[in-house]
Amino acid sequence: MKFLAARRRNPLVALGLLLVALVAVGGGYAAIANIQPAQASASSQTQVEEGKRLYLAGCSSCHGMAAQGTSNGPTLLGVGAAAVDFQVSTGRMPLAAPGAQAIVKTPTYNETQIAALAAYVASLAPGPAIPTAEDTSFDNADVAQGGVLFRTNCAQCHQAAGQGGALTQGKWAPNLMQATPKEMIEAMITGPASMPVFSDGTLPIKDKQAIISYVNNLQNASSPGGLDLGRLGPVTEGLFLWTAVFAALIAAAVWIGIKAR
Amino acid sequence: MTDLTPHGTEPAKLGYSPVADIPHALRVSDTDPAAAKRAERQIASMFLLSMILVVVFIVAFCTIDKDTNVYIPVFGEVGFLTIVLGLTSGLSILLIGTGAIQWAKKLMPDVEVVQMRHEMTSPQDATDEAAANYERGKDESGFARYTIIRRTLIGAMALFPIPVIFLLRDLWSSPESGTLTPDEILSHTIWKKGERIVVDATYLPVRPQDLPIGGLVSAVPASLKEVQEAEGNLNARGKSAIILVRMDPKDIVAQQGDGWDYQGIVAYSKICTHVGCPIALYEQRTHHLLCPCHQSTFDLANAGAVVFGPAARNMPQLPIGVDSEGYLIAMDDFNQPIGPSFWERG
Repeated sequence: MKFLAARRRNPLVALGLLLVALVAVGGGYAAIANIQPAQASASSQTQVEEGKRLYLAGCSSCHGMAAQGTSNGPTLLGVGAAAVDFQVSTGRMPLAAPGAQAIVKTPTYNETQIAALAAYVASLAPGPAIPTAEDTSFDNADVAQGGVLFRTNCAQCHQAAGQGGALTQGKWAPNLMQATPKEMIEAMITGPASMPVFSDGTLPIKDKQAIISYVNNLQNASSPGGLDLGRLGPVTEGLFLWTAVFAALIAAAVWIGIKAR
Repeated sequence: MTDLTPHGTEPAKLGYSPVADIPHALRVSDTDPAAAKRAERQIASMFLLSMILVVVFIVAFCTIDKDTNVYIPVFGEVGFLTIVLGLTSGLSILLIGTGAIQWAKKLMPDVEVVQMRHEMTSPQDATDEAAANYERGKDESGFARYTIIRRTLIGAMALFPIPVIFLLRDLWSSPESGTLTPDEILSHTIWKKGERIVVDATYLPVRPQDLPIGGLVSAVPASLKEVQEAEGNLNARGKSAIILVRMDPKDIVAQQGDGWDYQGIVAYSKICTHVGCPIALYEQRTHHLLCPCHQSTFDLANAGAVVFGPAARNMPQLPIGVDSEGYLIAMDDFNQPIGPSFWERG
């Protein structure tokens, strides 16, 4: 110890101690950082197992024990987490009753359960992932270009003002006034029910954000002219004219014809 | 020819119409001078209110910011200026009208009157004179005698309108169409072998792997961007617009030509064969393409056959393939005119 005590004021000692401290902190951090991914995968493993349990209990009767599909429901292999999140978080799945179209209702599962189901279905076969917060942000999107793209790709079913419209045999394209950015991206990349898929290859995420920005603009649009009459154009305007306005004109004619007392 | 003389010999009596023998109910304003005065004030105040509303209109127009919104129950969020301008201008004209009607109903005379209708036929001497004039004209002109003149005149009159029909030809010829006939113009689009298929509006070229099964793309030819017509490129666009869809190759029942798809990707015209509405209302599960105008429905898995609605022809299919760089291209133009039927097609 005499040797150390004699040399402890040597300038090299400070350097040595600094080195030791750096190695200890860096190594310790690396050790912890290495552990974290292992923990994460362990938790997602339990998430998948929880998802599998929920799937077997709630979904397998129609979609099959191995998600291979049955005569009552399509296969879920390759539909991805995005399709599960879209269908379950909007309440479309599980189906309330068999019919032409899945109805939007209060979701049956909570957020954790939906994430578990999505993780389980995604673990069966690769498919579109749930859009990230970055994907659904449309702050810098070009709303005018979004309008052009909406009219080219979406308006034929969802109507120029996003009010939805009829399809064949009792099916319909839903109204978009309550749709969230995440739901819109999920619908475009997965093509739920009758809707075709608008893949990122042909409609890049930048264009999807522009479309969302346009729909957001429609959702928040006021109607400066008064009653918007469902924004359906000449159909409701004509109906209003033939009922309310004509009734007022007939009432006026009757009043003009009544003799004054 | 209003006859206001008393009907018959009876003198007019209170409570009876002076011209028609019917009871005439008197109004309050006829018997009570105070009520008449009230009606006068009521009518004048309607006209006065109308004037005030016009002033309010002008003041509102000059002072209210056009972007100010106001919430009205039932109506929702509406433009304040629009509502004020609409109400003031509408009510001001309505009050002029209601005031005028009240004036007529309450203060102007309201006795029943009889208006005698005049004879419907012309007097006998006038009809005789017209008949005589016609006969004299026939004799003097010799219209009945000069048979050859009469017939050639009728022939000339019949032929004269025909050139008007030929003038319609100019409706199709334009500097761009040159000497082509409508049949030739409508039978060809700018699609040709090797023409790249690009996404409408963004002009992105499409690779087969970009389009998953169930995918849909509204597409146009890449060279559409360079087309210059008198009005942009609307004619070329209207004829060449297509939709690309991908389905499981096993689902394809028939096509209009052998191998016109590319690994399950098929391209069909976007223009309905009924009256030419652009259609992209595609149901990916049934492979049906539905026209929103008249509900014509085409089965894209079965050579674009009409399965419902008034369309008479299959949706024309465009043969496609890929080029050396792996992008989707057209292998040819359409082999038939796209869009609705026309004269020359029969």
